[in-house]
Amino acid sequence: MSVSERDKYTGHMTTGHEWNGIKELNTPVPLVLLVFLSAAFLFALGYWILMPAWPLGDTYTKGTLGFDQRQHLAKQIEKNDSEQSRWIDPLVQLDFDAIQGNSQLMAIVDESGPALFEDNCAMCHGSDGDGGRYFPKLNDTSWLWGSDPNVILQTLAVGINSTHPDTRIAIMPGFGAAGVLSAEVIENLVAYVQSISSSHNTSIEQANMAGKEAYSMYCAGCHANDGTGNSVVGAPNLTDDYWVYGGDTTALTATLTHGRKGHMPAWDKRLSLSERRILTLYVLSLNQSVVTGDKP
Amino acid sequence: MIFTIHNKIERNSIVLALGIILVSAVGGLVEIAPLFTIDDTVESDPDMRVYTPLELAGRNIYIREGCYSCHSQMIRTLKDEVDRYGPYSRAVESQYDHPMLWGSKRTGPDLARIGEKYSDLWHTRHLNNPRDVVPQSIMPAYSWLLKNDLNTRDLRGNLKAMSRVGVPYKDSMINLANRDAIAQASPSSGDVAGLIERYGQATSVRVFDGDPQRVTEMDAVVAYLQILGRLTEVAHSDTSVKFDSKENVASAEGS
Repeated sequence: MSVSERDKYTGHMTTGHEWNGIKELNTPVPLVLLVFLSAAFLFALGYWILMPAWPLGDTYTKGTLGFDQRQHLAKQIEKNDSEQSRWIDPLVQLDFDAIQGNSQLMAIVDESGPALFEDNCAMCHGSDGDGGRYFPKLNDTSWLWGSDPNVILQTLAVGINSTHPDTRIAIMPGFGAAGVLSAEVIENLVAYVQSISSSHNTSIEQANMAGKEAYSMYCAGCHANDGTGNSVVGAPNLTDDYWVYGGDTTALTATLTHGRKGHMPAWDKRLSLSERRILTLYVLSLNQSVVTGDKP
Repeated sequence: MIFTIHNKIERNSIVLALGIILVSAVGGLVEIAPLFTIDDTVESDPDMRVYTPLELAGRNIYIREGCYSCHSQMIRTLKDEVDRYGPYSRAVESQYDHPMLWGSKRTGPDLARIGEKYSDLWHTRHLNNPRDVVPQSIMPAYSWLLKNDLNTRDLRGNLKAMSRVGVPYKDSMINLANRDAIAQASPSSGDVAGLIERYGQATSVRVFDGDPQRVTEMDAVVAYLQILGRLTEVAHSDTSVKFDSKENVASAEGS
């Protein structure tokens, strides 16, 4: 059998194995490692005693602290709610004018608004409310349903063409696909609608007067005789330079032929009333020129 | 001292083998033992819906495209997650998920409660090219979903396999899987009534991808995304966390 001996250079023992005169050192584990290993072991021991740890058949060791992740979370939320009630309560109870006149509350809106908007609204309406094709721009002065904060709050709660029972409903019928209007009439209508819009340079005189006739028969009911729209039914203003679905001939022809039915989800189950009110004020503040008068 | 014992064990192969088995058994025990208490820890919901064939097809595509490698479907019991995503995930919510898609990494956001958060149009445009709606997005485009017709041939076998592992699909659901998948994305089809009868009033029957002429893979994926977190309301009800076992009721009263 091998015989271990003390190595004269390092002072450690050898394993006793020897290959052609080369002996293998049996260097002990460094002390620092032992210390950390023991500390980790002691920590684990303490953890097993204090916290839920070991499975025991059909139950488990509950730990002396009785810690429960769900209860812990419920307590955190409760604490959070009681701390926030200081400003959530006035946000929910006061009317919008009073909130807009209160600089402390508006500071809360300015602080929480962007986070809420980014997480829930920005996906469609863009980070700065710029919108995009099919998704209305929010940082301008064109409002489909009006710029009254209570109207915006209601839209946030029930959505538009959503699954909510009280949803706002706004449908542009597909006049062409339904066979109501021929391609020729649609062509005239497109020219007329472009002529009343400030996004196009064509004048009404240049547009076909047949388009104007068709407009007053089929479109004026929702979009009004002068094309300024009707915020009660969410009919867009056609005279400004903003288009949800595009104002070029191709897009307008598609709109008149196949109709449009935008969809905004309802948020009443996902966001609390205070969050919806913060978002309402934040959305209004996206266009500074709209609220400069109201803002503190 | 502990290393002297270790030295001795190391030199005895039988003892070393037994030691290795013992230590690795701890890992197995920690994973397997909680399954013995599954009735106590998993809530039950008799009203929980099953995935419709179209949603299941979407789920298969979700797996095929590897969505789970960037998106989790698991909201943890942590305050910041509950704040952002909604009520934390309950075990029962993935009762019919075979395999579960909880995921372990979030490059994109969690999707456990994405259902009905955004519109079908948004999902379709976003999957087709995420930059069209979210300019700063780093998600890849899945534009072929709109181009590929949905393969419904395998759905019948798929539902059958699911029923073998415990998902309560009835024979009629299995036999009519192909037809139901098409019907869910074709609101004007005559088969919708049967679909609703089999899967319940809450079933969303819509043209998910905006093209009523075809049923594409996009229809399936959007239908699946829109049902996420909506198979059961358990997580949204504060008090109705029901357990099967009496023991838990007793301990809840005691605490």
